[in-house]
Amino acid sequence: MSTSDTDSNETVTAQPALELRGITKSFGGVRVLHGVDIDLRPGEVLGLVGDNGAGKSTLIKIITGVHQPDAGTIRFHGRPVEGLTVPRARALGVETVYQERALAEQLSMWRNIFMGRPIANRLGFLNVRRMRRITAALMGDSMGFTSAALTPDTNVTGLSGGERQGLAIVRALHFEAAIIILDEPTMGLSLAETEKLLRFVDGIRAAGKSAILIDHNIFHVYSVADRVVVLDRGRVAGTFPTARYSLDQLTAIMREVAATAVYTEPLPHSTVEAEA
Amino acid sequence: MTAASVGYLPTLRSWASQIGITAAFIVLWIVFIVLAPDTFLDSRIYLSFGQTTPYFALVALPLTMVIVCGDIDLSFPSTMALGMVGFLAVERTTQNVELGVLAAVVVGALAGLLNGAIVTVIGIPSLVVTIGTQFLYRGLTLVLVNGRSYALVEVEGTPGYRLMVGRLFGVPMQFIWLVVAAVVTWLLLYRHRLGQNAHVIGDNKQAAALMGIPLRGTRIILFVLTGVAAAFAGAMNSFQISNFYPAMGAGYLLPTLAAVFVGGTSVFGGRGSIWGTFIGAFMIGGITAGIVAVGITDYYTNLIYGGIVLIALCIHAILQRRFTR
Repeated sequence: MSTSDTDSNETVTAQPALELRGITKSFGGVRVLHGVDIDLRPGEVLGLVGDNGAGKSTLIKIITGVHQPDAGTIRFHGRPVEGLTVPRARALGVETVYQERALAEQLSMWRNIFMGRPIANRLGFLNVRRMRRITAALMGDSMGFTSAALTPDTNVTGLSGGERQGLAIVRALHFEAAIIILDEPTMGLSLAETEKLLRFVDGIRAAGKSAILIDHNIFHVYSVADRVVVLDRGRVAGTFPTARYSLDQLTAIMREVAATAVYTEPLPHSTVEAEA
Repeated sequence: MTAASVGYLPTLRSWASQIGITAAFIVLWIVFIVLAPDTFLDSRIYLSFGQTTPYFALVALPLTMVIVCGDIDLSFPSTMALGMVGFLAVERTTQNVELGVLAAVVVGALAGLLNGAIVTVIGIPSLVVTIGTQFLYRGLTLVLVNGRSYALVEVEGTPGYRLMVGRLFGVPMQFIWLVVAAVVTWLLLYRHRLGQNAHVIGDNKQAAALMGIPLRGTRIILFVLTGVAAAFAGAMNSFQISNFYPAMGAGYLLPTLAAVFVGGTSVFGGRGSIWGTFIGAFMIGGITAGIVAVGITDYYTNLIYGGIVLIALCIHAILQRRFTR
């Protein structure tokens, strides 16, 4: 099992916000994840990188309750959770920024913000006025939408890529998530928008919340993550604290992992073990 | 000025389609009144519309929700008749008309449940499933009644009869039921969790799944509602003519679909209009009567019918493009 001993010079008092142990998942006889172990600590930004087909998105969908693992345990703040579903995961404080994939284009901003979690009375009737008001407040405070043409009733069709990204992020933030998962959040963003997004991820850590950042771009991940998990063909090839590895070292490791089946050579001063 | 206080323009934009269809309806009606004042200024034709249009408009309302959710139901004409088999079975044994109507509605709900279950559990597109169940339900009706028609003279005058096809202050009960159903479906579609979820599913199924929206449950409930409405409309129709024949409902498939699409509901899901469906139903209901009253030869009916439907669809497409940023 691959581990890293970043804890040696820190005192770990809090339990991990999220603990995955031996997560295994197959689709139609093809094993996508082979016993993945991951810890996410409170106030930590964890980078998750790996080539296409490494199992990143499957792993994320298991954490968010979209898929159920074939084997393995998931613990939130030390408490094991069985049969995780999306509503359950959201109730446990996991929110995910799936970028545009999880927005409904023809629907208004307020309907998108409250998608799957509308404010409703016991009979299921919506409190539209309250949802509109909260959306208007979020637009002003968190999204920084100043254009008078944008209202809570504006359809997503009318938003730019950056505005849509903002909407997806604000939705995750609004529900006071303890764990925010960002799935390829910089895809399709301009340089300025990317910069803004990375500052936002820093803000998650500053607020004492945790985040998992999945990105193809190792530079983006490296610049904000505390530790980087390299996933390779369904296994954790290693976990690397960014405080100890330079970007060049990490890039070299990733290249090696991609070339060979598994990263095997421990780097100097590291305690990263090989994955069996 | 806050963002919330300038919402009028976008709101107007989102209503453009509904304003468009309402204007088209008014123009069409003025044309009918000008060309056939004797018919279209007589209260009797409105009484007739109030009785006959609800038979398919009642189904068009929940069908609008099904289509918003990205599905379709083509089986409802058969459900209209199958529900009456349930009515006959219960009414003939208990001599109770009201229980019979209840039985019809239960049969309609079960027919909708089967549609929804096959679509969501087995995972077959609703278009194909409901073509199959359309034959299945019609076939079941024919087998169960041995292809016979039934006179329903005995229902006349019963409380159930008066509640379904009687009059209230001169207004046909069919129309009153339709207005009630329109208000209820509007509330469900725009002001209820069910409609919110239906909109998301119809717009983006993947998003709905990622955000934890119950896909199966939502889709099944909408099929059940359509089945219930179809069976209820079938009972109304049979009561009005005091007769049940196993082919009942067969002619309602296209007018019902036309009412929904003329009303501006998107074929692709995610967007629909209850008001549009309501107006659309009366447009469709009025066209046939209008063509006859204006004195155009019967041969032209389908031609004009098709033309008006296509014009309405084009108006929606153009308004949609122009008023959506």
